[in-house]
Amino acid sequence: MIGCYLRITAAGFHRFSSYRHAVLAGTATNIVFGLIKVGILSAVYLARGGGSIGGYDLTTTITYVWLGQGLLAVVDFWSNDELSERIRTGDVVVDLSRPWNLQAALLCTDLGRAGFNAAARFVPQLLLGAVFFPFHWPTDAWVAPAFLVSTLLAVLVSFHLRFLLGMTTFWLLDSRGVRGLYGVLSVTMAGLEIPLSFFPVWAQTVLWCTPFPSMLQAPINVFVQVGSVTQLLAQQLLWVVVLAAVGRLVLARAMHKVVVQGG
Amino acid sequence: MIEVSELGRTFTVSRKAGRFKRTRAEVVAVGGVSFEVAADETVGYIGPNGAGKSTTIKMLTGILVPTSGRVRVCGLDPSRQRAELARRIGVVFGQRSQLWWDLPLRESFELLRHIYRVPAGDHAKRLEECTELLGLQAFLDTPVRQLSLGQRMRGEVTAALLHGPELLVLDEPTIGLDLDSKERLREFLAELNTSRGTTLLLTTHDLDDIERLCRRMMVIDHGRVLADGPLAELRDEVTPERLLVVDFERPCDELTGLPGVQTVKVEANGLRQQLSFRRDAVTAATLITMIAERSPVHDVSVIEPDIDDVVRQLYHR
Repeated sequence: MIGCYLRITAAGFHRFSSYRHAVLAGTATNIVFGLIKVGILSAVYLARGGGSIGGYDLTTTITYVWLGQGLLAVVDFWSNDELSERIRTGDVVVDLSRPWNLQAALLCTDLGRAGFNAAARFVPQLLLGAVFFPFHWPTDAWVAPAFLVSTLLAVLVSFHLRFLLGMTTFWLLDSRGVRGLYGVLSVTMAGLEIPLSFFPVWAQTVLWCTPFPSMLQAPINVFVQVGSVTQLLAQQLLWVVVLAAVGRLVLARAMHKVVVQGG
Repeated sequence: MIEVSELGRTFTVSRKAGRFKRTRAEVVAVGGVSFEVAADETVGYIGPNGAGKSTTIKMLTGILVPTSGRVRVCGLDPSRQRAELARRIGVVFGQRSQLWWDLPLRESFELLRHIYRVPAGDHAKRLEECTELLGLQAFLDTPVRQLSLGQRMRGEVTAALLHGPELLVLDEPTIGLDLDSKERLREFLAELNTSRGTTLLLTTHDLDDIERLCRRMMVIDHGRVLADGPLAELRDEVTPERLLVVDFERPCDELTGLPGVQTVKVEANGLRQQLSFRRDAVTAATLITMIAERSPVHDVSVIEPDIDDVVRQLYHR
């Protein structure tokens, strides 16, 4: 049973590793945007005359940029629309008739993908930031394992949100609209463009009540040691549990719709 | 192997009626179909587009719940025991793929072994068999996205067989294949049925599939079974007429007065005559003897109705 899902995870890793040029192109794009962000955010600090905004000083902010750019492909906000495509074309019938738990199988594939991108996309950009830019190295030994756990939770939150998004195809037939909206909103709300600490306090309060910061800002904050680690991890875990349960429910509804109503 | 009685499936469709109003209508996809398939039978399930073939297949594999009637496959209730059934039957959809697009064929198979929890020994044996009979060796390490359609279909069939199913359901397995690939696949499936005793149920629009592969044919249209039986029997029932083409040594008058025979065509001043006769009224041998008594015969041939004609007749019934 476990062997089957481990195998699916390994296959996910292998599948995404077969596109070497896409990895290079993606990393190059991430780096270009990273440089632009470093430029803009440095200018902001220069204009302010240094100091710190909500725990983020200049070094932390630049570290934030490279962590964020590197995590982007690991967490994956947009690129993976395989599920909705399979639903749209009807290929999902094949997936539904296999003796497995579809949600778990897709999750394993996604973990394989995330694992590959962590090695191929995150590590190079982390090194780039650490070697060529001012970099905030964690000051405590527990930060590294906590960051790993937080990143894993971030991938899980992202997977479950994308799973729900894909499942909407069963009712909408075409999820491009929903996914477009999600793509624009989720990255900003997750803290990709500017750290959430830069937002007004009321906006921060609202944002941290959504699952989005759990996908990006949370692991970054763990790394640069801003905020309480236990609170960040607890919040991520809560979202994983809630979203996984909702996903399970929606899958059951979708199965009912397909199998019983024949949609 | 398969027991279906009074199986029916209706869909509720809502149609626009005015700006905001919508009316609901019932569409019957399958209406009261009954049949049984015994172990190691080979059954061709045919019918025009929209006849209800795929809907039936979906109910047999458990991805659709019937609205009425009863289905049992391998003694299981498909929609309730879908996962259990999935381990005992193999399904090939000609228009869908169960392989992983970006993985080599070999790895897709290995993944399926884990999903279906097949012991490594059994898996290796079955894979070796399929590799040899279907000639997979040359492209086992090629990613599925780079395979030709013919190669991919061989891969699909292998994928459906690796867990050793008792029943193999094929939905248009030869669609889009060239003649050679079709022939090869048919041979393999026929062999599978005779040597391993795997029951075959296939839907197709290619009637050669039926002729080469299926001892029994079921014709469905508008959700009802129109005919069910061995191909030869259906042929006699639907189109009892046979065509006799006679070439004479020398021109001869139109043949008349033969019992149960109608002249279809007289060619080249009567050198060649085409006659249609009912097989239940007179045998071809008797007829030929009678004709030879009248004028020396150079050559004769009996033409059986084409399977396409048989099916066309059935669809129009």
